[in-house]
Amino acid sequence: MNPVIVISEADNVATALEALEPGTVLGAAGSVIVREAIPRGHKVALRTIPAGAAVLKYGSAIGVAARDIAAGAHVHTHNLSSARGRGDLPRQTAAAAADGRIAEPPDDVSRPL
Amino acid sequence: MSPATFAGYRRPDGRVGVRNHLLVVPTVICSSVVAERVAAALAPIATALPHTAGCGQLGPDMHTTHETLAAYCGHPNVGAVLVIALGCEQVVAQHLADAARAAGKPAHIVAIQTEGGTVRTTARATEIAARLAAELADTPRVECDAASLILSVKCGGSDYTSGLASNPALGRVADRLVELGGSAVLGEIAEIMGAEHLLAARAPDPATAGRLLRVINRVETEAMALGLDIRGTQPSPGNIRGGLTTIEEKSLGATHKGGERTPLADVVGYSAPIVRKGLTVMDTPGLDVESVTGMVGGGAQVVVFTTGLGTPTGNPIAPVIKITGNARTAASMADNIDLDVSGVLDHRETLDEAAGRLFDEVLAVCAGRPTAAERLGFREFAIHRRNPTI
Repeated sequence: MNPVIVISEADNVATALEALEPGTVLGAAGSVIVREAIPRGHKVALRTIPAGAAVLKYGSAIGVAARDIAAGAHVHTHNLSSARGRGDLPRQTAAAAADGRIAEPPDDVSRPL
Repeated sequence: MSPATFAGYRRPDGRVGVRNHLLVVPTVICSSVVAERVAAALAPIATALPHTAGCGQLGPDMHTTHETLAAYCGHPNVGAVLVIALGCEQVVAQHLADAARAAGKPAHIVAIQTEGGTVRTTARATEIAARLAAELADTPRVECDAASLILSVKCGGSDYTSGLASNPALGRVADRLVELGGSAVLGEIAEIMGAEHLLAARAPDPATAGRLLRVINRVETEAMALGLDIRGTQPSPGNIRGGLTTIEEKSLGATHKGGERTPLADVVGYSAPIVRKGLTVMDTPGLDVESVTGMVGGGAQVVVFTTGLGTPTGNPIAPVIKITGNARTAASMADNIDLDVSGVLDHRETLDEAAGRLFDEVLAVCAGRPTAAERLGFREFAIHRRNPTI
């Protein structure tokens, strides 16, 4: 069985279905060589992802690369940052980080209970 | 394909129940222990709604408490209601009894201060409860259409398998139920954050999409106002160990459980009635028990709860079906898991096959098969609150 799953063709990460050892060749994912141990369920980069670029899974952005990520590297909290709910960042930075999200129409009528 | 019917309880107000509980409802935290004792004497047909609210609450929180308790009294999984009041609290016992009677079911009130102490109250309430329980035992189950169901879709203790197996399988069940004329409800607004574009695209008009986006924006703004990284709770530490890095990633996996095709029909407040066919999004927090409590309050008769890491959560009146895509959890927490769909990940079955098994399980549970949470007596209930207790 393939040790990783790539959910959408647009994705630049795959999910490990079993723990991966360094040196494992991910043939189905375009001959990527795993660079470091990847725990089961964690993500491995399928190509180089430069710092600031979107990390894509399910065909959508799951955050931005906090630093350059090499193909075959483990992608997790150490090098992938969320762009949402970031009250820890200065307001402008957080707004810029969330830039990609869709705007709310002004003619909204919703009211919480 | 199995016939899409089940043996349920047809209520006088036209709604359909999948359980026939005697609900023992405390108006306030102060009468919660009495309510639990009365219900315990007649379990499992009697079930209590112990809670920590009912007094010391202002405006919106008081409204939410009042309407959530009233919604449970009117809920089709409930056949009769016994309200245990204290006497000086904010929640009005009569309002709860009226909600039950408006749905055509018997309701009684026993008040501790009127009755003269908890010993007399417990004795009197237990006597009434025994009579109500005996009457309920004769209620027949009749053939009901799956179109009468509102399915609550929920996930908790998620890991990488949730977005790959259990949530997509549940999403297919939601799609199928809606195609048959039923409804689904999805809560946990924080766990739509990052996937809202997918749901907004399924809205029939800009106003519905706008209501979804406004609710998500409010939750994100509230979280950011604390000056913290939401990662402290979303994803949770267990989610992160399980391979989920960001809230966007968790949300994209989680939102699958609301189906792939079903239109976004409505966006409603916490515990508010679910009135539209299709998918309703409810404004609930991500905390499992508060979320399930609200969706059942909205009228969901049955809950399917996907989990990667495993969790016991149940509900006092609605069966909660646990499914997992994690083979290790299915084995290690077998007593809490109803359905194992891990075969999707190692190609022992397709997503459609897993969804077919889950659909059959939902109908079997609606017809009376007890869930793991029901067998083990998990009946958690927690009303969401936003404001301080005064």
